[in-house]
Amino acid sequence: MILKSTYNELIKILAKPRSYIGFGALTLLIGVILIAMKADGENFISFVTASFEQSLSFNGDILNGNLMAFIILQMLIIHVPLLVALVTGDLVSGEAAMGTLRMMATKPISRNAILGSKFLAGAIYTFLLTLWMAFMAYGVGQWMFGTGDLIVLNNDGLVIIPADDIAWRYIYGFALAYLSLLSIATMSICFSVFSDNSIGPIVSTMAVIILFTIIGSLDVPSFNNVQPFLLTTHMASWRSLFEIPVPISDILNSICILLAHILGFTGIALWKFNKKDITT
Amino acid sequence: MLSLIQADAGEISLFGKPLKNNRSEILSNIGSIIEKPDFYKYLSAYKNLELLARISGSSVSKSALYDILEFVGLHGREKHKFKTFSHGMKQRLGIAQALMHDPDLIILDEPTTGLDPQGIVDIRNLILKLSQEQGKTVILSSHQLSEIEMIANRMVIINKGRTIIEGRVDELLNTSKMVVRFQVDDPSRAVKLIEKDFHSVQGVSTDNRELEFEIEKMEIADVAESFVKNGLRIYGIEQKRKLEDYFIKMIAEV
Repeated sequence: MILKSTYNELIKILAKPRSYIGFGALTLLIGVILIAMKADGENFISFVTASFEQSLSFNGDILNGNLMAFIILQMLIIHVPLLVALVTGDLVSGEAAMGTLRMMATKPISRNAILGSKFLAGAIYTFLLTLWMAFMAYGVGQWMFGTGDLIVLNNDGLVIIPADDIAWRYIYGFALAYLSLLSIATMSICFSVFSDNSIGPIVSTMAVIILFTIIGSLDVPSFNNVQPFLLTTHMASWRSLFEIPVPISDILNSICILLAHILGFTGIALWKFNKKDITT
Repeated sequence: MLSLIQADAGEISLFGKPLKNNRSEILSNIGSIIEKPDFYKYLSAYKNLELLARISGSSVSKSALYDILEFVGLHGREKHKFKTFSHGMKQRLGIAQALMHDPDLIILDEPTTGLDPQGIVDIRNLILKLSQEQGKTVILSSHQLSEIEMIANRMVIINKGRTIIEGRVDELLNTSKMVVRFQVDDPSRAVKLIEKDFHSVQGVSTDNRELEFEIEKMEIADVAESFVKNGLRIYGIEQKRKLEDYFIKMIAEV
């Protein structure tokens, strides 16, 4: 039953115009960045590398597809959650507002299966959105700018990664980005269970991300204890894949914390949804 | 009964089985509309039914879906989006989704709310057809007492969550007797005639040019004949619905 219901959920997602906003926005944003960098990227790179030119000499094509994918992923990882929440935050509350949740709940399908299918459909949608982001950032970036070594500025300084050592990092990088977005998706679905309108869960999700980002960036002693457990702290964990050597334990820690958030939000949502009186 | 809200106390049994432990099995044998039927407005009538059929617990074929849409009078509108439907059409689609998996029990909560007079007649006829031709059990919840009186065999009056009375409609309302209202030119003379010739008549009351009384159904024609023979002019005879009075009386007694 859960598979049939998941199929239904995907049909509903595909039929809703708002589901395409994310794909449209990503295409537009990444397209604009790529075109702008194609037109004026050399100046941008000169500006960034100017401070190193006294001690380092750069030869070759720094402005390449690998750098573009890195820049885009870094720029968008904070903004894509809004595009995810736009769809996943509506999965339960949107149906409650429309009255269709009540219709579904009168059918011989358990509440766990109803919500489980929404989580699965939300996860598939998030995966497709991440895949599209990967295609636009990495695929189109490679096509427009070609390949080359990747120079990344980290806390420890400049890291230069050879071109043939990059693809696997992006595969895992986008997988980690997917895990981050999946935790956002489960959070918005969880909020959606508590609400009977679509706007509330979407705005709440963004408010939590903004709040956590602020807490995570403030160097206040009282925040230091919570920062390692915040969702947003680990949303940038994909960057660790572009360090040499790769800090495996840090990445595993981030994966565990993101999974804990996913399980936590799922558990809360299932508990609430099973207790909920569906009156609209 | 549809497990939409949590029970405070007690247990619900349907088809001889407790709902709590047999929810899926029981719900697969129930079709329902709760107030207004809500569907996905961005999907067509057929697509909406197809989605719900997939989780109805029975396998419903494509042709069965088209048949049920035809049965409720939505033939030709299958591919139209739900958002383009009138209230009456939405109600019909609601009935279609309640019937598509051929359940034994159909629960209709206020199925005629917001419908125009023709829509109300259509839904009433559809319910009677389901009960009389297809042998379905229909539980109808309504504040339209005249509808209940016309459709139902049995009724339960519930006030503030408590059952006040339960039984066969004809027995509770004693439908062999009915309240009628005569409009005549001289009500006081009409009252005298009734009191003289019709001893079974009860509760006679007059108001300007009208008189109202309770009488055996078979005697209405005799009363009218008597009035005419005695030179009274009859301007109208109207049957008054009894359930409304009965309901008000029952509620007042609580």
